[in-house]
Amino acid sequence: MTVESPEKLLVPVLSAFWDDPKSWTLETYRRHEGYQALHKALAMPPDDVIAYVKDSGLRGRGGAGFPTGMKWQFIPQGDGKPHYLVVNADESEPGTCKDIPLLYANPHSLIEGIVIACWAIRSNHAFIYLRGEVVPVLRRLHEAVREAYAAGYLGRNIQGSGFDLDITVHAGAGAYICGEETALLDSLEGRRGQPRLRPPFPAVEGLYACPTVVNNVESIASVPAIVNRGKEWFRTMGSEKSPGFTLYSLSGHVARPGQYEGPLGITLRQLLDMGGGMRPGHRLKFWTPGGSSTPMFTDEHLDVPLDYEGVGAAGSMLGTKALQCFDETTCVVRAVTRWTEFYAHESCGKCTPCREGTYWLVQLMRDIEAGKGRPEDLDKLNDIADNINGKSFCALGDGAAAPIFSSLKYFRAEYEEHIERQGCPFDPARSTAWADSSRTEVIA
Amino acid sequence: MTEVSLGIPEMPAPDFPADVRARLETDAREVIARYPDSRSALLPLLHLVQSEEGYVSRTGIRFCSDVLDLTTAEVTAVATFYTMYRRKPSGDYQVGVCTNTLCAVMGGDAIFDELRGHLGVGNDETTADGKVTLEHIECNAACDFAPVVMVNWEFFDNQTPESAKKLVDDLIAGREVRPTRGAPLCTYKETARILAGFPDEREGAVEAGGSAGPASLAGLRLHRGETPGRTVPQQASDPDHQGGPVTEEGEG
Repeated sequence: MTVESPEKLLVPVLSAFWDDPKSWTLETYRRHEGYQALHKALAMPPDDVIAYVKDSGLRGRGGAGFPTGMKWQFIPQGDGKPHYLVVNADESEPGTCKDIPLLYANPHSLIEGIVIACWAIRSNHAFIYLRGEVVPVLRRLHEAVREAYAAGYLGRNIQGSGFDLDITVHAGAGAYICGEETALLDSLEGRRGQPRLRPPFPAVEGLYACPTVVNNVESIASVPAIVNRGKEWFRTMGSEKSPGFTLYSLSGHVARPGQYEGPLGITLRQLLDMGGGMRPGHRLKFWTPGGSSTPMFTDEHLDVPLDYEGVGAAGSMLGTKALQCFDETTCVVRAVTRWTEFYAHESCGKCTPCREGTYWLVQLMRDIEAGKGRPEDLDKLNDIADNINGKSFCALGDGAAAPIFSSLKYFRAEYEEHIERQGCPFDPARSTAWADSSRTEVIA
Repeated sequence: MTEVSLGIPEMPAPDFPADVRARLETDAREVIARYPDSRSALLPLLHLVQSEEGYVSRTGIRFCSDVLDLTTAEVTAVATFYTMYRRKPSGDYQVGVCTNTLCAVMGGDAIFDELRGHLGVGNDETTADGKVTLEHIECNAACDFAPVVMVNWEFFDNQTPESAKKLVDDLIAGREVRPTRGAPLCTYKETARILAGFPDEREGAVEAGGSAGPASLAGLRLHRGETPGRTVPQQASDPDHQGGPVTEEGEG
């Protein structure tokens, strides 16, 4: 099924010129209104920039959806301490794959956003904490920062404004937990990436105990477009509480996985319609709205508006808009087992509920998947997840509980089937990308 | 008589040879200068010592503790927390198969099993010739290109068991291998140096691979009214793929 004109739904902004032959260069970025917003922002008093971004309604794109302008406003001014902006480019949430292609194809949108944000919060040093496992992106960030320095967008007296800013590109070393903002700060200080107790919040005591804003890549990269085209333009998209454009990442058993940039509030049905649906001959079984830490949905939820309120009201979270779609060939017990192994592997060990709880969840899930589960294991799973959820030091624990709760809610019968027949009823070969290759069709 | 060994504390690790140490100290000073507080340089410096030896040795840990004025215990605590720091000598090419849920379901499990049999090594083990270390990896933020294999942290998208086997064969035979997105492969040590914050100086390295990969452009192409040509890429060696048939570059 196709939509008459899908282009009416999609709004490529950050992705608008990703197919330009040298999309990552300063030259290309400038041809697409690049660094025009910076000139506007530098002509505004910093507080006005904060107010402007706040009025636009931009909310954090890293998962929690906290208003970006409000985060900036929390930075105390005139306190005599250095202020820092730290960009969270540690994209590691299973299913999430938007910041990495964005930085690969259009790194200058982030650099320009950083300069504007630092002007607003009066910071002279920003850090980009990029996960280490993406060297092609690191190369382009190194190059983009070099180009920006050479062009006078970074360094001393930026564009004659008297404002100084340095950016340090920092590669992480493989730890999902460092996507949690306080763990990220500890890691950036050269320590094990373990979350900090809050308060104090990073806005008061962040990096080196100084006021710090930690923002997601997509949030900061969205700022130049907002400043340049106007907050009113931004608010023409999405809803009152969830305005603007965003990147949706479609993956899994869909006909055309990829990045789809559009207004907040679009539905999975609309995205699937324009993206050619599920792979031919299959139907949607379960999906995540925003990565593995967001409770899963089923085909009942195809019309849920994918914005912060819509997804929340339906019992999940918008998260990172990582729409991982699985079809009827996929064993939900296998999927959840693997996610649970991930959380156990990535648990930093600081707090007991998460460290111990994720370990025991893995034992139970593996047993059930292997057909060695007992009926009472299902309640035990639920109980352990309940002892992690909301009782852990940071959100990793909640994330580990989410797939357990939601899969038990929608697919308890499938768990029971594993236990009753003492084995998995699914054939993993049927789920692979090449399972149907003999009947690959072209969708015109 | 029962002998109880209390254990002799390990002797301090040997230092790097003087010339190596001098060279690394110059690099370390450059790294440290990027941060307001020197300890922030620890993660990059661990990448740096890894670029020298291919793993984080006791000598590397001693070096980091010396230049940052930390104890070796403090450095070891950090080095053992992060999965990208190797604890033992490993291969020139780290072949990481994503086996997190989405890639696993889409075929990552089958690819991993195939490679394990083909190479005769298990997880985190290296082939006898020291070329390839096989590893399970977690989600690498390329789910729209699943199943994904990373070699030295470069993307090999839309893999199959066959394409992955050919990939490791090429690596072992020393044939040139090009990632689907990004620059021609460098060795593990060279990659570690980029991670330490030293830009890749190879001619054309930044440009290689072109702009966004095909899946990244799905929405943009649709918006432009361009008819998508096909469904999910079924094979890595797909001639339609922007990056070309990924495992055959060396022969072309």
